[in-house]
Amino acid sequence: MAESKELQIKEKQEVASPGEHTRPGLVFTPAVDIFETDREIMLLADIPGVARDDVTIDLRDGILTITGDVKPWEGPDESDVLVEFEIGRYYRQFSLSKVIDQDKIEANLQDGVLRLVLPKAEKAMPKKIAVKAA
Amino acid sequence: MLARRMFDLPGMGWKNAFAEMERMRREMDRLSYALFSGPQSRPISSGVFPALNITEDKDNYYVRAELPGMKADEINLQVEARNLGISGERKIHSEGENVKYHRREREAGKFARVIELPGEIDADNVDAHMVNGVLSLTIHKSEAAKPKQIIIKTV
Repeated sequence: MAESKELQIKEKQEVASPGEHTRPGLVFTPAVDIFETDREIMLLADIPGVARDDVTIDLRDGILTITGDVKPWEGPDESDVLVEFEIGRYYRQFSLSKVIDQDKIEANLQDGVLRLVLPKAEKAMPKKIAVKAA
Repeated sequence: MLARRMFDLPGMGWKNAFAEMERMRREMDRLSYALFSGPQSRPISSGVFPALNITEDKDNYYVRAELPGMKADEINLQVEARNLGISGERKIHSEGENVKYHRREREAGKFARVIELPGEIDADNVDAHMVNGVLSLTIHKSEAAKPKQIIIKTV
């Protein structure tokens, strides 16, 4: 078996257009894995520091918006010794095609990873057509 | 007329020379803005995973790292003299046989990092929590490292 590689550090990606957000603070784009099976589309997003109540998943007009709020975790008396990353909200948008059954979307947040299950609408699932002998 | 002849060549005339400089300056401005933009200048990174934020008050050091998708027992924490070691492996399990990936941005792999804290610490008194993918450590400073007030006596 190949040895697993070493994790490289990655700078947190800030959202490209800060002008759209009216609340102060940094906004980051979370890393996301999107994959598709026959029945559903799954989305996994890394949003560490976001509690279950602070995640907003909004779906309108075929646009899926994921927002995560992070509560500041530093006490007021602390002074900085080493700061290698910033803390801020997470925000990312995707456009969903109409093949998603929007009423059956499920979301799960655990250990800072958001898992969204987007089931495909019935007509979008691949159907096997049986070939009958004549 | 002579002057007109000289300035016929593109990029050679007076006006054009300054325009060139102006354009270069604008390019440099745009480049430096792209590199250093943001509410604060870019945070310094040692280049080793995970990124740490270390803060202190007079009794403790606080160390925080973002480790999404990891459970408390997958992370290895060690304290030795003033060194703090954090290591582990992030695994992303495969989701099945028949999946088609559209985006693959999250990474998995091993990591190990040792950092030396600036003062003496009490290795028996370290508190570690893992909440929502964020590891928070509270490390008590040893008595000798805490700041002490010295009273100046007047004679």
